[in-house]
Amino acid sequence: MKVSVWKGGAEGRFHQFDVPRHPSQTVLDVVTYIQRALDPTLAYRYACRVGMCGSCAMTVNGVPRWTCRTHVDKVVRNDRIEIGPLKNLAVIRDLVTDMSGFFDKWARAKGQFKPSRTRQEDFARVPPQSENRKAVDAAIECIGCGVCYAACDVVAWSPDYLGPAALNRAWTLLKDERDAGRLERLRAVAGDAGCHACHTHMSCTERCPKKLSPTAGIAGLKREVLKATLRGEL
Amino acid sequence: MTPKGESLLWIAQRASAAVLAICVTVHLATIIYAVQGGLNAAEILGRTRGNGAWLAFYSIFVLAVAVHAPIGLRSVLMEWLGWRARSRDLVLAAFAVVLAWMGMRAALGVFL
Repeated sequence: MKVSVWKGGAEGRFHQFDVPRHPSQTVLDVVTYIQRALDPTLAYRYACRVGMCGSCAMTVNGVPRWTCRTHVDKVVRNDRIEIGPLKNLAVIRDLVTDMSGFFDKWARAKGQFKPSRTRQEDFARVPPQSENRKAVDAAIECIGCGVCYAACDVVAWSPDYLGPAALNRAWTLLKDERDAGRLERLRAVAGDAGCHACHTHMSCTERCPKKLSPTAGIAGLKREVLKATLRGEL
Repeated sequence: MTPKGESLLWIAQRASAAVLAICVTVHLATIIYAVQGGLNAAEILGRTRGNGAWLAFYSIFVLAVAVHAPIGLRSVLMEWLGWRARSRDLVLAAFAVVLAWMGMRAALGVFL
């Protein structure tokens, strides 16, 4: 098959490679083949190869995907594939993007757990069937791959926007009964750069490889901010 | 603007949208009902002049528009033009006043 791969930084171009097809071949296999057999200078990033680490996301035929779990059969069109770096992130080189802005926004969204108990106290007991726990379960499996961030139109329009992953993280902490940073976090995620900027396009939910719904979490944040504002807490 | 301020703007826009949903429905239904069998200026003025309920309804309608439209434009200006400065909010506040003034002028024009 013919594979076009982005080479260069922000300025660059797609290079063409001929890659043999194999059964159950993934897009990451294709990139690895190119780097090992055709162009050893190709820069790309991966670690676990099994959909856990979140480091191999790339733009495949215009769509952000985790490449280690994307079969070639699923994305190939007319025996061609185009592979580029994730959008909405600065390109370091070839298929490697600078994820620091993405993770800095997790910190800006107060994505750190703030304990309400000390180690001297007993364990918190959170019933698995409680509403808060179920809300956390639905959103907690994020692997930080950046696919939702690359798929989001609002991130493209507003570079300050925290983005789906950081807001999803804030949502899971807000629903964590052990966490003590509620108001601080609500202040961090409210407003033009936070949950209120979301247009509910749902591209993040459509593209999330873990089938999470950051859109639902963002809607939940809007509700929580609304309540806090009306109570005069914000 | 503070997170609280931006949150209040968001609430104002959602609340005004709910008001507008009702107002637009009533407005359109009234138009469709009123034009049956023809329509002329005297007939319209006969219904609207001195009609307090009519004025109250359209005053709420106009004020909801004056709240809703500038807040929506605020996001459009930010996302399309990258205009985030305070000047944007001042211009939009002026736009809200113009909308309210033009709308109330029209409503009062057929009430008085």
